[in-house]
Amino acid sequence: MIVNRRDLLKTAAASSVLLAAPGIIGRAYASDTIKVGALYSQTGGLSVVEKLLASAVQLAVDEINADGGVLGQQVEVVVEDGASDPKTFNEKASKLILRDRISNIFGCHTSASRKAVLPIFERRNAMLYYQTHYEGFECSRNVLYTGAVPNQQLGNLIPWLVNTHGRKKIFIVGSNYVYPKEMAKVTKKLLADNGAEWVADEYLELGHSEWAAMVKKIKDSGCDAVVSNVVGDSIIAFYREFKNQGITQEDIPICATVTGEIEIQAMGAEFAAGSYTSVPYFQSIDTDANRAFIENFRKKVNDPNVVTYHSLEAAYFQVFIWKQAVEAAGTLDIDAVREKLGGQSYDAPGGTVTIDGDNLHAALTPRIGQWQEDGQSKIIVASDGNIKPLPYSAYGETADNLFCTSQGLLRDKL
Amino acid sequence: MVEVLFIGLSLSSILLLIALGLAITYGAMGVINMAHGDMVMIGAYVTVMSKIWLDLSFFAAIPIAFIVTALIGLVIERLVVRRLYNRLLDTLLATWGISILLQQSIRLEFGLSFFGINIEGLGPGLQNVSVPSVLQGTVHVAGTDLNAYRVFIIAVTAVLTLVTWAILYRTSFGVQVRAIIRNPQMAAACGIDVKRVNALTFAFGSGLAGVAGVMMSGFKTVFPDMGSTLVVDGFLVVVTGGVGSIYGTILASGLLGEINALVALFSNDIIARAVVFAVVIAVIVLRPKGLFSFKGR
Repeated sequence: MIVNRRDLLKTAAASSVLLAAPGIIGRAYASDTIKVGALYSQTGGLSVVEKLLASAVQLAVDEINADGGVLGQQVEVVVEDGASDPKTFNEKASKLILRDRISNIFGCHTSASRKAVLPIFERRNAMLYYQTHYEGFECSRNVLYTGAVPNQQLGNLIPWLVNTHGRKKIFIVGSNYVYPKEMAKVTKKLLADNGAEWVADEYLELGHSEWAAMVKKIKDSGCDAVVSNVVGDSIIAFYREFKNQGITQEDIPICATVTGEIEIQAMGAEFAAGSYTSVPYFQSIDTDANRAFIENFRKKVNDPNVVTYHSLEAAYFQVFIWKQAVEAAGTLDIDAVREKLGGQSYDAPGGTVTIDGDNLHAALTPRIGQWQEDGQSKIIVASDGNIKPLPYSAYGETADNLFCTSQGLLRDKL
Repeated sequence: MVEVLFIGLSLSSILLLIALGLAITYGAMGVINMAHGDMVMIGAYVTVMSKIWLDLSFFAAIPIAFIVTALIGLVIERLVVRRLYNRLLDTLLATWGISILLQQSIRLEFGLSFFGINIEGLGPGLQNVSVPSVLQGTVHVAGTDLNAYRVFIIAVTAVLTLVTWAILYRTSFGVQVRAIIRNPQMAAACGIDVKRVNALTFAFGSGLAGVAGVMMSGFKTVFPDMGSTLVVDGFLVVVTGGVGSIYGTILASGLLGEINALVALFSNDIIARAVVFAVVIAVIVLRPKGLFSFKGR
């Protein structure tokens, strides 16, 4: 099966090279390789996660090179270390764009690092390929967002939780920074739309792992479900405390937007068993493409136990989206590539994804998974096809009334 | 209300667990030991490794962690700290360096990852310690359900505190340690082998941190940087309690833990953290030597 897919890609690549040939000749800085950047933290607190993302980008590039590269040229990844520090991200982005003259960069994981590099991408008209699900409220023509936005996570989670699962009193909990706060905004809006209420909206300091007081509050609040936007290693302590204070997932299920395979593995599967997460991709998606992806990734990082998760999958498939757009444009020129990014469609490990031409976000299929005793999820709800990304859904954006369009952000609508 | 006090007690016990070792190395020996948090980290890794490689239970990891970290502490004292007594700021820098070394050696698997050799349980990733089923869930005490693991931590902390107190106040070794706290030169003049006692004291303090690491591994993630945030809490307690006073350390951890729990429950965790820092600042301003401090002559 893998071989078949490879062959198919090979033919596709070969034919697009033929089509794109005139473009190559016209390039002023023609060399024998195409350089792209990978800007992730290789050191510091976030390196655990971000190194894997860099490996996923490298895996995709390896596969592309094995199939003949892009525009007939091999692709070379220039790796830079953001060191888990937004200021370093900014410096390294400047280095990649100004000194190395690389204008296609895969990178950043946190919103803080993305916001830190955004000005330089916009000023120098470079393109950032950003794979992490984030809070929305951004509309840059210089970023391709391949992770989910709130309406692709909460948009299916909340109606399901209230209407199918029958939970009406929701405790919203998160880490104290912009992502959970924006997610809480969307959650409240959706709860009101579906006739349920929220009983509390509480935050714990980022990176803090003392949950005793908060979990007691949850226990005493009279809620019948928790929506968790907790991030980082706080997640692990949260689920453990939850179980250890004697709350069961049947009484008060935790429904999370961030908790993924990597956190489940770290906390021990028994603590999360029975809880839910809403993201577009789960390792348990049972397709040949996904199995091949998991196997290849494990080989790449030389670790048979490594898990795959949403942003990892997006980091991988966005490289193919980039390749398709470059080949469709026939050049690396950013304005031409951007033109072709909208509408690109790719059969990613988790299913087909399409880039939205209006806001350069990915249309994805939201899924709700219930965590099992083995640390994997059972997908219990999958939306019917891809859902259009709406980065401003917290502020009233709908598919018929877009705030973020190909003309940029329509500020008067906010 | 029992539950609120219990949560406070639990927070206090965790603070005390980390601060106990510091109270000895910082309080008694005047070494600002920035590597203390990394001893906690190593204790946690010992738990991870003894499960993976020796298939030992969580409880068996406690003495092993104590021995491993005590030995590392002894080596650190012999190689570095010994040369820096009475140079407070230098100990800070040197032990900070040791802290980075320890973190990186875990992250780089003692450098073996450069050669493509990977040791399971080490490396930059998050590690998982499974808590024995006895300690999961709740226990029924005085009409309320209490988190079993937290009860266990409180018990371990109580035992360690008693042991430390007994060693300091009921053994001849403890007399020597206390003599050195008061006046190292005079102690040496009285025939106490200051170097040997200091080395053992430092090793004991490090061993306590190792046991704290085993406890922390049960509800925090285990990763190379985990110690850096813990050491800050440890210093807060020691400074508030008063340098060199074991009673001060116990009282300060109880005070800060309960304040944290009460404020967290009646308002929220973020304000609780701010209030704790405010209290610490107030104590330092009003009583620069801490709540309890030894009055020298």
